[in-house]
Amino acid sequence: MFQFIFRRLSLVIPTFIGITLLTFTLIHMIPGDPIEVMAGEHGVSAERHAELAAQLGLDQPLYVQYFDYVNGILHGDLGNSLVTHEPVMKEFLTLFPATVELSICAAIFAILIGLPAGIFAAVKRGTIFDHSVMTFSLTGYSMPIFWWALLLMLVFSVTLGWTPVSGRIDVVYWIDNTTGFMLIDSWLSGEKGAFSSAVSHLILPSIVLGTIPMAVIARMTRSSMLEVLNEDYIRTARAKGIAPWRVIVIHALRNALIPVITVIGLQVGTLLSGAILTETVFAWPGIGKWLIESISRRDYPVVQGGILIVATIIIIVNLLVDIAYGVVNPRIRHSR
Amino acid sequence: MSLLQLENLSVTFGNFRAVDNISYKVEEGEVLGIVGESGSGKSVSSLAIMGLIDFPGNVTADKLTFEGQDLQTMPEKQRRKLTGSDIAMIFQDPMTSLNPCFTVGYQIIEALKTHQGGSKKELKTRAIELLTQVGIPAPESRLDNYPHQLSGGMSQRVMIAMAIACNPRLLVADEPTTALDVTIQAQIIDLLIELQREKQMGLVLITHDLALVAEVAHRVIVMYAGQIVESGPASEVFRSPKHPYTQALLASLPESAAGKARLEALPGVVPGQYDRPQGCLLSPRCPYATDHCRQVEPDNQGPIERQVKCHTPLNSEGRPAA
Repeated sequence: MFQFIFRRLSLVIPTFIGITLLTFTLIHMIPGDPIEVMAGEHGVSAERHAELAAQLGLDQPLYVQYFDYVNGILHGDLGNSLVTHEPVMKEFLTLFPATVELSICAAIFAILIGLPAGIFAAVKRGTIFDHSVMTFSLTGYSMPIFWWALLLMLVFSVTLGWTPVSGRIDVVYWIDNTTGFMLIDSWLSGEKGAFSSAVSHLILPSIVLGTIPMAVIARMTRSSMLEVLNEDYIRTARAKGIAPWRVIVIHALRNALIPVITVIGLQVGTLLSGAILTETVFAWPGIGKWLIESISRRDYPVVQGGILIVATIIIIVNLLVDIAYGVVNPRIRHSR
Repeated sequence: MSLLQLENLSVTFGNFRAVDNISYKVEEGEVLGIVGESGSGKSVSSLAIMGLIDFPGNVTADKLTFEGQDLQTMPEKQRRKLTGSDIAMIFQDPMTSLNPCFTVGYQIIEALKTHQGGSKKELKTRAIELLTQVGIPAPESRLDNYPHQLSGGMSQRVMIAMAIACNPRLLVADEPTTALDVTIQAQIIDLLIELQREKQMGLVLITHDLALVAEVAHRVIVMYAGQIVESGPASEVFRSPKHPYTQALLASLPESAAGKARLEALPGVVPGQYDRPQGCLLSPRCPYATDHCRQVEPDNQGPIERQVKCHTPLNSEGRPAA
C-alpha cells in the first residue's frame, strides 16, 4: 500500500512542473508591458523603466525568470496583488476557508442524496421510483446554476422568508476569525443565534452548488450498481443465503463505488476550486468570487497565483481519489 | 422421502418458457446428471431451485419440496436459511463468481457466520479446515488472498469450500468445470465426487460433458428447449438411448466418430422465444420426425424411472420402434 501511495506521489511532481510552465507561459503571452501597466497613463522615462525592470527581474532571460518564479512558489511566495498590495497567498488563505466550508456542505448534500438515490434506483430499476430519480437528476444536471440559485432564493428567501438571501452570517453578529470556518467560529463565539444564522446562510448555497454533483453521483451510482448487480459474484452471494440488504450494501456497493469515487473526487475538485457562479450569486466571499473580481480588475499576479492554487487543489484531490481507489479496490492496490 | 422433489416446474420470462414443466427427484447420496445443449434450461431450472430467479422471471410448480418442506410457500427468510446451508450451489465461472473486493477468508467466513455463527477464532479455524478439505495448499496464507491472486482451479476450489461450508444436504453444481483447463477439470470433479461420497450429499451435476455424466452419475436427465426429453439410470440411457436427441448427443461425441472424417452433428439450434415449433420441439431437427411429430406434442412415456418424451421412442437398435 505504501509503495502504491509513493508511486502516485511521484507522479505529482511532473504534473506540478507542467502547471507552473503553463501559468508562466500564459502570463507572458498576455500582450503589453507590465511596467507600463503599473505606471498608468503618465508613463515612465526610459531610465526609470530600466531601473524598474531590473528591480522586478524583468531584464533577465525568460528561463531565469521562470526559475525565480518557481523558487518563489516553493517558498510560498506568489507575488502581491496589484490592487491591494497584499501577498496573493495571504488573500487566498483568508478566503479559502469560506470556499472549503461551502464545498464540504455541498458535497455532503450531494453524496447524502445522490448515493442512496442511485442505489435505490438501481435496485428498483424500471419502477416509478427509478424513473423519477432519473428525471430529477437529469433536470438537476441540465439546470443553469444561476437560474436555479435565483429561483430558490425567490421562493425560500423572498416569498417564504425561511432563509437569508446572501452572505455568510447575519450582519448583527461580529464573529472573530479564528479558523475561518463560519460554522466553527460562530459556535466558538458563544453568541446566541450566531450558529443557527450561519447554518441558515449555508443552506441555499449548498443546495445550489450541490445540485449538479448530486445528479452526476446519482446517475453514476445507478449505472454502476446496475452493472455490478448482474455480476456472477452477486449471484454467489445470494446463493449463500445472505440477507438482501447485505448483498446490496456489502457485496454490490463496494464494487460499484469504484467508478463513483472517481466522479465524487472530480466533483469535489471542481467545488473546491471555486464555485464561481454560486459564490457570485450568494455574495459568498470565497475564492471563486475572488478570482472573478481579480480578472475584471486585471490583477495579473492574483489570476496567475489563483490558477496555480486551483490547479494544485485539483491535483491533490485527484491524488486522494487515487489513494481511495487503492483502498477500495484490491486489484489496483496490488498492481505494479 | 426424497431430498429434492419437483413436479411440473416452469420458469417463464414474459411469454418465453425457459423451463417447461419439468419433474424430477434427487435422493440422498445420489448423483443426478443433467445434460443438454446451451439454452436448454439446465441452469435456469437450478437457479429456480435456489430461489435465485428475479423479476421478470416467474417460477411456478405443482410441487417444489426439499426434505418434504415446501419451498414455494415457505417465508422468504426461512428459505434463505436453507439456501447456502442445506442447499448449496457452485457456478460455471469461478473467476467471476468470487467477489473481487473481499478476501477468500472473508467470503468463506461470511457463509459460515450467516448460518452457523461462532467466535472469530472458531470461524477462522473452520475456514482453514475447509480450504484443507478442498485441497488448497498452505490454506492459512490463502485466507488473506484476493480472488485475483488465485488461478481458475484454485478459485473453483474456494467456491466448493464455500458451498460445503455448512454441510449441505444437496449440492447443485452448474457446469463446475466448463471454464477450467482440461487437466484441472478432472481434479475438480474428483474432488466433488469425493466430497459427495464422504458427506452422502445429493449432487445435481449440470454439464455438457456426457462422458463425465456416464462415469459419475447414478441417474441422468436429458434436457432440450426447457423440457426433459429423456431420463433414467445413467448406464441405461447411454447404452440404449430412447430419444433421438439423446442419440444425437451421443453420436456427436468424438469417441463415436472414430475413423470418420467429421463429427456427427445435429443440424440447427435449440429453438428460442420466436421460433418454437408446433408439436414436438425437436421435430425440425429430428431425423425420424413424422407429420404427427410436427403437429402433436408427445407425452412422457414409459415407467417413472425411465421416461422418454417421444411419439416413436428408439428401440435397442437405435431405430424408431413404430
